[in-house]
Amino acid sequence: MTKVAGELTDAPNVNVPRRKAPFIVTFYRSAVAKKWLMAVSGIILLGYVLAHMVGNLKVFLGKDEINEYADWLRRLGEPAFPREVVLWGMRTVLIAAFVIHIVAAYQLTMINRRARPTQYKSPRDYAAASFASRTMRWTGVIVLLFLIFHLLDLTFGTVNPGYVGGNVYRNLIASFDRVPVAVAYIVANLALGIHIFHGAWSMFQSLGFNNPRYNPWRRTFAIGFAGLITTGNVAIPLLITAGVRP
Amino acid sequence: MKVTLNVWRQGGPSDSGAFQIYEVDDVSPDMSFLELFDVLNERLITKGEEPVAFDHDCREGICGSCSMMINGRAHGPERGTATCQLHMRKFEDGATITVEPWRAAAFPIIKDLCVDRSAFDRIIESGGYITAPTGTAQEANLTPVPKEVADAAMDAAACIGCGACVAACPNSAAQLFTAAKIEHLNLLPQGQPERWSRVVAMVDEMERFFGSCTNHGECESACPKEISIDFIALMNRDYIRAQFKQRRLTGQKS
Repeated sequence: MTKVAGELTDAPNVNVPRRKAPFIVTFYRSAVAKKWLMAVSGIILLGYVLAHMVGNLKVFLGKDEINEYADWLRRLGEPAFPREVVLWGMRTVLIAAFVIHIVAAYQLTMINRRARPTQYKSPRDYAAASFASRTMRWTGVIVLLFLIFHLLDLTFGTVNPGYVGGNVYRNLIASFDRVPVAVAYIVANLALGIHIFHGAWSMFQSLGFNNPRYNPWRRTFAIGFAGLITTGNVAIPLLITAGVRP
Repeated sequence: MKVTLNVWRQGGPSDSGAFQIYEVDDVSPDMSFLELFDVLNERLITKGEEPVAFDHDCREGICGSCSMMINGRAHGPERGTATCQLHMRKFEDGATITVEPWRAAAFPIIKDLCVDRSAFDRIIESGGYITAPTGTAQEANLTPVPKEVADAAMDAAACIGCGACVAACPNSAAQLFTAAKIEHLNLLPQGQPERWSRVVAMVDEMERFFGSCTNHGECESACPKEISIDFIALMNRDYIRAQFKQRRLTGQKS
């Protein structure tokens, strides 16, 4: 696929047998395609984060509301599908999106490091790059580390004091009664907000959605979406720890 | 005026290089930044020292030869100008100015401030052309082009290939250059026959040498021709569409 100067690309190559990789492999080799996949997986993750926030805000409606919601997630698709099948279907898509997003980000970071082996010796004066865009790798790593802790805390219950499966309300309160944990949740969600701010704008460029008619709205959308997610997600540990018990 | 220059000196591609400080006085505020280096070099030659090697040619912002990282900005603090169009009146009297070459794996340093930008030529060779019959030019009005499209293509074609986009990009990505060179052809009717093969060939060639885009927008702000990153989005769209379009060459053996 890559043309080299002086190479006869139209003529059959009789010397070296050309190894034809399947389409998906050659497609993934391209950095532009990796960015496209990061944008697509990012959209899936944005949708998940939004649904996750909306569901979790039910904690403010009381114990029964959120526990009923958690059970509904497991019942989803019944009676056509057995219990938890649809939930696991969604989880599979979500895990795949995470893996693609992280692996592509790692590989692109390595490419970019190789593209500038010698840094500038004098301080750089950034004219356009935002704090969010320059810290994507850091905020991404913070969110990933937090995610691992979050799963151990509220999904597996390993680090949750007296974890009771299915009783979301109790587990949540038990977790946020520890102030350092609540602080960690707030810090991680601020990092997530910064990550989303750049990602929600950047994805339009990576996908090639560009039209002068709506271009100014891409930034507005990114600010609005990041603000919404951050506000909702920070509100839960903040208010629960502050003693709000509906 | 008087300025203190902190200039990167490197004897050759394999030398380690270091900054050297030069005090330059009697500088006219109307001098261009390159003329400052002419004055410096004349004085160095008079003293029997090695002059600073730097790229320059037209000195009116259209050739794309000059390439200096001035105080951490490609082509200096002015927007929409090349180094040759930057004047000393933009600096304060007594200022210290740090000057470095472009830094990217694809732009190896030849000497001092000169870098080898032939990776750009490889990208152009791979698809920056149209197939047109030679001989008498055909009647221009046979191919109508909407005014807006002609304007957009012209904006992209303003690229002078200086490499400031690569120099300014934290990832040493050549997205803005490649997008401009692809889209000024892909937007026009004359560029349609190779539209999909061009974008794949040029992007793949670019990726042999350069980093990837993280949508910082530094390239756009450094570009002496102020080319918009909108063209990068158009290139991304064309590339992805081409990947799927070429799968539909029904009945052909590959």
